[in-house]
Amino acid sequence: MDKYLQIENAEMVFDTKKGRFVALTDVNLSVKQGEFIALIGHSGCGKSTLLNLVAGLLDASSGVLLLGDKEIKGPGPERAVVFQNHSLLPWLTCFGNVYLAVERVFGGRETKKQLRQRTQAALELVGLAHAMHKHPHEISGGMKQRVGIARALAMEPKVLLMDEPFGALDALTRAGLQDELMRIVHETRATVLMVTHDVDEAVLLSDRIVMMTNGPAATIGEVLPVTLPRPRDRLALADNTHYHNLRSRVLEFLYQRQLKHAA
Amino acid sequence: MSAVTIDDNNLDKIMNQPETVAAPTIEAPPAKPRRTPFLQTERGKALTEALAKALRAALPPLIGIALFILLWQIVAASGGENGLPGPAKTWQSAQALFADPFYDNGPNDKGIGWNILHSLYRVGAGFGLAALVGIPLGFMIGRFRFLAGMSAPIISLLRPVSPLAWLPIGLYVFKETEPASLWVIFISSIWPIILNTAAGVARVPQDYLNVARVLNLSEWKIFTRILFPSVLPHLMTGIRLSIGVAWLVIVAAEMLTGGTGLGFWVWDEWNNLNVEHIIIAIFIVGFTGLLLEQGLVLLARRFSYE
Repeated sequence: MDKYLQIENAEMVFDTKKGRFVALTDVNLSVKQGEFIALIGHSGCGKSTLLNLVAGLLDASSGVLLLGDKEIKGPGPERAVVFQNHSLLPWLTCFGNVYLAVERVFGGRETKKQLRQRTQAALELVGLAHAMHKHPHEISGGMKQRVGIARALAMEPKVLLMDEPFGALDALTRAGLQDELMRIVHETRATVLMVTHDVDEAVLLSDRIVMMTNGPAATIGEVLPVTLPRPRDRLALADNTHYHNLRSRVLEFLYQRQLKHAA
Repeated sequence: MSAVTIDDNNLDKIMNQPETVAAPTIEAPPAKPRRTPFLQTERGKALTEALAKALRAALPPLIGIALFILLWQIVAASGGENGLPGPAKTWQSAQALFADPFYDNGPNDKGIGWNILHSLYRVGAGFGLAALVGIPLGFMIGRFRFLAGMSAPIISLLRPVSPLAWLPIGLYVFKETEPASLWVIFISSIWPIILNTAAGVARVPQDYLNVARVLNLSEWKIFTRILFPSVLPHLMTGIRLSIGVAWLVIVAAEMLTGGTGLGFWVWDEWNNLNVEHIIIAIFIVGFTGLLLEQGLVLLARRFSYE
């Protein structure tokens, strides 16, 4: 399926106290099933807004968003979101947080035992079987983010939406989770849309990098295909000239063509 | 004592002389190492430290209480014959009072225990009704902005009304004192519950609600899994304030309605000019209020996450 997720002429206008604010305009993008897309741009370029449009948390002012030929209207579990700040419910254990999602998606047609198995499998996938019965405040930031990923994956979504999922983590933890995400995406063949501001992360993880121009009235400036073979290894890529070329292309876009003047 | 010979006759005498000290028993080479004295062991040290800490913590309040009693004594003594009863006299009176707290000599003459229980019952019943109405109302006001707009002027207008101003309305509507005093408790303790619950609902983090939206949870699941646990700490604050207000109000209400309860008792003892009992009543009211508050604080601590 070449056009699994389609965004056509999407525009997002916010009514603010200072009047109309055009955040996004004329956004067109088609995503194939199983593709990993990174959205990159300076802060305030509307990349999170675009993600929220696909999630259905925001309604586009005009234009059409389609997922598998169905129009996106409002949020739904087939478009699972991994939030930047993990957004786990503090009164539920890790298991409880994932189970809430599993129960919602599969509760109608599966037994409790099957639901519990799904929950456990999702936590095992992110390597958290041992911390299943801990509460979010008892685990580290990286572990919380993994639970967030497990929760999203357990829903078996058509598209996995990630809003700067590793932005709040230290570099080492982030690298570990990126490697794990690559493995998981490979195993589950998930379609992923990920917002990031990290150039290395975008090149390492994605099949295409969607680079956004600066706001207001931001739009897609350039789409860069990342033709590095998979599986990718971050250490091997350090000496790969193609990797460095891709990286330079993104940096050039961000820091020469879309240089953000200090306000 | 060099020239003393020891024989059977003078042995007792020698042993009983004050200078004679029993020779220290020399222990045979110890079979096991001598035990260190308890206070030098790890546990002993920890115990002494804990005791010292407890003493340091207890000292300021104890000094405070002692000064308070001293001040009371001075005020009482300075009044002469018709002055306030002092601490000692009040203490004696309290002992007599609490010797038989549950006697019942018919209406208007019941033991202090009954009066306390009656007041507590009224607070419990009035507050219970307020919670029954106020908690759902608070949730709805917090969840639906329209409802919040509707109720805001009414709540702002009625909340500052002195609780006792509601008593005549209660007496007029219910024609009896018992439901009237419950009504006063109800109406004065409902505001903190409504307002704190509504504030809690309005402050549920958007992140949690986004999770609910992405999962497409039903209203019931949103309520049980997200709203209620998230609001619970605010709700507990509301309940604590509410019971505090109810306990303040009940004494005043019972003074007016009469029959039973601590408030009635205070007024009755005023009519009897038994000032010791009035002072005792003040301590009982304060102490019971303190226990209620502390109990609820402990309960609230169980419901805080993080």
